[in-house]
Amino acid sequence: MPDLIASLAGFARKTMTIAELEVRKLRHEPVDIFSRAVQPALWLLIFGQVFTRVPGIPTGGLPYISFLTPGILAQSVLFIAIFYGIAIIWERDLGITYKFLASPTPREALVLGKALAAGLRGLLQAVIIYALAALLGVALNLSPVDLLGVVAAILLGATIFSTFSLIIAALAKTREAFMGISQLLIFPLFFASNAIFPIALMPPWLQVVSRLNPLSYQVDALRALMLVGGTSVYGLGVDFGVLLGLSAVLVFVGGRMYPRVAM
Amino acid sequence: MAIVETWSLTRRFDALVAVDALTVAVQAGEVFGLVGPNGAGKTTVIKMLVTLLPPSSGTAQVAGYDIVRQASQVRRVIGYVPQALSADATLTGYENLLIFARLYDIPRAEREDRIRSALDYMGLADSAHKLVRTYSGGMIRRLEIAQSMLHRPPVLFLDEPTVGLDPVARQSVWGRIGEMRRDYETTIILTTHYMEEADSLCSRVAIMHLGRVAAIGSPAQLKASIGEGATLDEVFVHYTGGEMEEGGGYREAERTRRTTRRLG
Repeated sequence: MPDLIASLAGFARKTMTIAELEVRKLRHEPVDIFSRAVQPALWLLIFGQVFTRVPGIPTGGLPYISFLTPGILAQSVLFIAIFYGIAIIWERDLGITYKFLASPTPREALVLGKALAAGLRGLLQAVIIYALAALLGVALNLSPVDLLGVVAAILLGATIFSTFSLIIAALAKTREAFMGISQLLIFPLFFASNAIFPIALMPPWLQVVSRLNPLSYQVDALRALMLVGGTSVYGLGVDFGVLLGLSAVLVFVGGRMYPRVAM
Repeated sequence: MAIVETWSLTRRFDALVAVDALTVAVQAGEVFGLVGPNGAGKTTVIKMLVTLLPPSSGTAQVAGYDIVRQASQVRRVIGYVPQALSADATLTGYENLLIFARLYDIPRAEREDRIRSALDYMGLADSAHKLVRTYSGGMIRRLEIAQSMLHRPPVLFLDEPTVGLDPVARQSVWGRIGEMRRDYETTIILTTHYMEEADSLCSRVAIMHLGRVAAIGSPAQLKASIGEGATLDEVFVHYTGGEMEEGGGYREAERTRRTTRRLG
């Protein structure tokens, strides 16, 4: 038992080291954070403002702009995370990856540390989106417990999609192939979800796809936690169960796949 | 005592046999050189020994640990500097060392001392808090060697440590490698295709050709083996047939060029 605790503590320490490494890099290049904020701002300002005028969207009693805000937050986390694999391939080309893989660091800690860093970028996006949403008159729920839930939903969503991206990178191996596959996946992941429309509006086949899409569970949880009067369609237990379970599976698979990047 | 030993170590990539039944033993305290033309299989040997690439067949041990079954033990007792530049250019030299000090479980109480002495040892103390992006090629290589030595590994693997460096930087890297061997009794296995590097650094050299060892011995023995007054360059040509390079391919060439360009 003490062995297990020691190795879990070691695992946590290594994971945090990898996450800290990514944060230190970000601190040296802060411009990236702001350029990434432009896209969600456009979605809220243009798409949100226009669709708010469309009557009859079944948002569960919320103004459309409020309904959209959690969806755009989830989307911007998705967009950051899904291209994480390009950094993995880039680091391989530079040679950085080899040294990490030859060090006594558990593969899962390398993968989870990077996922956590993607999540931290997602949290920075959240700050910007909260500020924008407040300006647009969205009634935000600022209860500390619910905010913690929002943090958890962002970290889990980022873990799922960044690790998924890492697995694609391990299979694709070259930047060109990786970009091709990611471009192919990103819009279906975004549109075939409840991020910008209620699932009820979709044709039955698309409803099925949306329910299989992990992004829907992240958005569902965010909608319940971020908004005054927001509700969860699936229930928060289901949302977090799906997100946590899938994160664990993907980190495990990612840990197995990551060394292939260097072969 | 052999500290690194391989038995019929083999690696295939589809139809290509990159390393063909390599059997070799490296004694503790040696500086052992793997030399050969591009595509001879040097880097593939190193990648197997540092646990990045599983062998297709055969086995090897590093410090008594099997490279496949005991990969995580192997990782604790080795240092590794890959051929491509592996220091993170977007971090400072100090940060590069700090991250690896943590990954190698160097106790917190010793960490700062260890990092400071590594920076001093490699002549980087003044640039510790500058971004690696601003370093010269020789400084980057010295930083990478510092990273790989933080945990004082008994075995150090250097893959083409001086490729792309100018003669001055190359001399300074050679100097450090020699000092490390003296000061810490580190066993060093390096690959190179510079014969003068093998000649001045290595106690023994294996000349690889098409995945096999074509000749092995001390530089003096190898030179004597083909006649009086021979240079190691002539030995190289003699054992590798002196034909035009056939290996490497686009990706390897691209990587070497990129490394060279970044070293500026």
